[in-house]
Amino acid sequence: MIEVQGLTRKYGTFTAVDDISFVCQPGRVTGFLGPNGAGKTTTMRVMVGLTPPTSGRVTIGGHLYRDIPNPGRHVGVLLDASAQHAGRTGREILEIGARTMGLPGTRVDEMLELVSLTASESKRRLRNYSLGMKQRLGIAHALLGDPSVLILDEPANGLDPAGIRWMRGLLKGYAERGGTVLLSSHLLHEVEQIADEMILIGMGRIVAQGDKKTLLAGAAKGAAHSFVTALDNQALATALSAKGITVASAGEGLRVESETVEIGRTALEAGVVLTDLRSGEGGLEDLFLELTSDTQREAMA
Amino acid sequence: MTLDLGSTAPTPFSRLVRVELRKSWDTRAGFWLIASIALIVAAAEIIVLAVVVSQDESVALGDFVGTAAFLTSILLPVLGIMVVTTEWSQRTAMVTFALEPRRPHVIAAKALVGVALTLVTVVVSIAVGALCNALYGILQGGADWTFGWDDFSAFLVTQVLAMLGGFALAALLLNTPAAIVFFFVYKWVLPGLFEIGAQLIGWFSDLRPWLDFQSAQEAVWEWSSSGKDWAELVVSGILWLVVPLTFGIWRILRAEVK
Amino acid sequence: MSMNSTAAPGLGHGLDISGTTPTPFSRLVRVEMRKAYDTGSGRWLLISTAILTAVVMAIQLAVGISQDDVFLTYNSFLTSTNFSIGLLLPVIGIMLLTSEWSQRTAMVSFSLEPRRPLVIAAKLVVGLALAVVAVAIALVLATICNGLYGALGDDPVVWNAGVAHTAAFVLLQVIGMLTGFAFAALLLNTPAAIVIYMVYSFVLPGLFELGAQLMDWFDRIRPWIDFNYAQGPLVDATMTGKDWAYFAVSGFLWLVIPLAIGVWRVLRAEVK
Ligand SMILES: Nc1ncnc2c1ncn2[C@@H]1O[C@H](COP(=O)(O)OP(=O)(O)O)[C@@H](O)[C@H]1O
Ligand SMILES: [Mg+2]
Repeated sequence: MIEVQGLTRKYGTFTAVDDISFVCQPGRVTGFLGPNGAGKTTTMRVMVGLTPPTSGRVTIGGHLYRDIPNPGRHVGVLLDASAQHAGRTGREILEIGARTMGLPGTRVDEMLELVSLTASESKRRLRNYSLGMKQRLGIAHALLGDPSVLILDEPANGLDPAGIRWMRGLLKGYAERGGTVLLSSHLLHEVEQIADEMILIGMGRIVAQGDKKTLLAGAAKGAAHSFVTALDNQALATALSAKGITVASAGEGLRVESETVEIGRTALEAGVVLTDLRSGEGGLEDLFLELTSDTQREAMA
Repeated sequence: MTLDLGSTAPTPFSRLVRVELRKSWDTRAGFWLIASIALIVAAAEIIVLAVVVSQDESVALGDFVGTAAFLTSILLPVLGIMVVTTEWSQRTAMVTFALEPRRPHVIAAKALVGVALTLVTVVVSIAVGALCNALYGILQGGADWTFGWDDFSAFLVTQVLAMLGGFALAALLLNTPAAIVFFFVYKWVLPGLFEIGAQLIGWFSDLRPWLDFQSAQEAVWEWSSSGKDWAELVVSGILWLVVPLTFGIWRILRAEVK
Repeated sequence: MSMNSTAAPGLGHGLDISGTTPTPFSRLVRVEMRKAYDTGSGRWLLISTAILTAVVMAIQLAVGISQDDVFLTYNSFLTSTNFSIGLLLPVIGIMLLTSEWSQRTAMVSFSLEPRRPLVIAAKLVVGLALAVVAVAIALVLATICNGLYGALGDDPVVWNAGVAHTAAFVLLQVIGMLTGFAFAALLLNTPAAIVIYMVYSFVLPGLFELGAQLMDWFDRIRPWIDFNYAQGPLVDATMTGKDWAYFAVSGFLWLVIPLAIGVWRVLRAEVK
């Protein structure tokens, strides 16, 4: 478990991370979400002792990072996959990591296979790796020591769709076996699909945290909306309007300012056959944009 | 559909030079390199002033400038090297050559920036030298202002050659540490080896003037009237400047930029 | 992959670190040694050092055999390494440290071993080991060359390799490596460290000499601040008590102080 307590990091007069506190529980994937420059990387760098905090502290499983013996065996870290010697081969990079941690050489092959880097690719120099290949190598490096805590900064960066799906499965499985996973991202959709818990950060401050349901419940104050398509859209629209629910046409169907359950009930009463009914999904995204709106670069429409 | 290129002018060379000039000092490393050249030159001339005044020695403007020339002949080649190699070590060559695929233009612009910075260095050295000399005049009663146009042009020419030597080496090796080590070997180790070789081996002592670019540059300082001196300068210059530069440029033009 | 080798922590429990031993220093040294030669540039630096040593001695041997008025001894072959090992060993010392910054691998190195002094110490040990290897190569090559000189030349072969000379030779090379390492720690930047080292070893002695000739007071303090000068008697193995004092004081100035400031800087640095 990772515990961040009152962490602040200042660069001169600029505050990159502003008094944040949160906890990442074992057995859960925690998503660390925020726009570019929000302070995610800085927070993670402080966690592993690469950046000294201005104030506050971070413990991993109750220990300061620097007090963990052979930390690679307990905490897997991926901060920047390109921060490796461009002249080393991928295999050599893992080999060095494995040796530092005192692991057998076979571990390198296992990891290469795990992240689907072929034998010939592993013999190329990092200079000649594509972005996604570097990322795979970085993930392999983080997993080398079979750690129980994973700290991954934007791990999906540059991965192809199959790679992203694979990683999602990997991290979920990891958490299910009791591991603690913290991953950052600036993309909501990415985090939403794997994270059990979410921490939203903007301009160095935490703007919201909790699991998806809690966050959505908080957002529900702003009315939810759904998309629905029926065999007879007209009849459904009339029935909904009669209940005072706002309806607008959207694509082949309707956009309805209400929860899906209310639409289903109305359709049942009106005897209309539904072919498609789904929640507007916008809930979280709207929430994210709204919560971080002060901290967004682009003015919100 | 074809791209309509009619209204786009090719990037003018002057713009490339201005951009390259800016790139030479807008990073911390570049700024400090240039700043330290200026500071070291100024500090050296002031130390010379302090020493000669305290020891009651006599100096001329030429001595101040000569001190500066000694130091800039070490520092300017490093500048020439860094102008080329940072583009590789920082991987900015990818952007540079994507925006101006005519690579010879980029290389020429860089060389010109090197020459311009050399000129600035020379002017600063002389200005600081003049100031020190004036102070010397005030403190010791009477300064010697011997420093003619030929001294100035010899100073400038030798410094430009020094800078270009670094530039050529960098183009050849495209690697900062290697180029710097090679330069110091060339500058400080090779003359000693030439000397030993010439003393020990008869045929080598005849050959040496044609190989030794550094001593051949004496011709510039003395404005030698001997045609042989100038021929030696040209031949050794081809060996140490033109050949590496040609290979280096050829290499840059063909290099896969990563 | 198996999670079995590490105890899976239960909810809310701390990390169980009781079963993990800290990374032993010997392992760090082995890893750092590997990192010194597993990249193209690192390997080429080591290979060039060896080749240059051989080439310089071969030229020396050729000149010695072909020229009648040249007389070589075992020690003259060793001395020629000033132009090979003496030149490149400090660069090796520099690159051991600075490449970690220029290539940004310090991020990984220091997250796998947060006890940064140990990482630096491991690098220092690697530098020392490489210096010893270089010395061994030089001794072997000098033996071969001197043997050939005796066999092929007309001059009598002289094996003037005393224990004192050899020890002094080893010490000189180690100092060269350490000086490079110290400058690197201070500057954490490859080109800057190399330039400063080269200026220190080629340009500075001349300036010190000039200053000493011009000013009496400088002439008096010079032995205490000129580390190159202090190493002079070491070359001839004629160190006296006073020479050792000069050596210690100037060495403190040029080796210990930059190294101390450098290490202090690395310990506090934000690693990016
Ligand atoms: N060494 C530094 N000096 C000044 N500003 C910094 C430094 N490191 C990070 N910052 C700034 O801190 C902010 C947070 O950066 P970061 O944590 O990398 O954001 P992100 O959430 O995108 O990972 C950014 O504005 C960044 O520019
Ligand atoms: Mg980031």
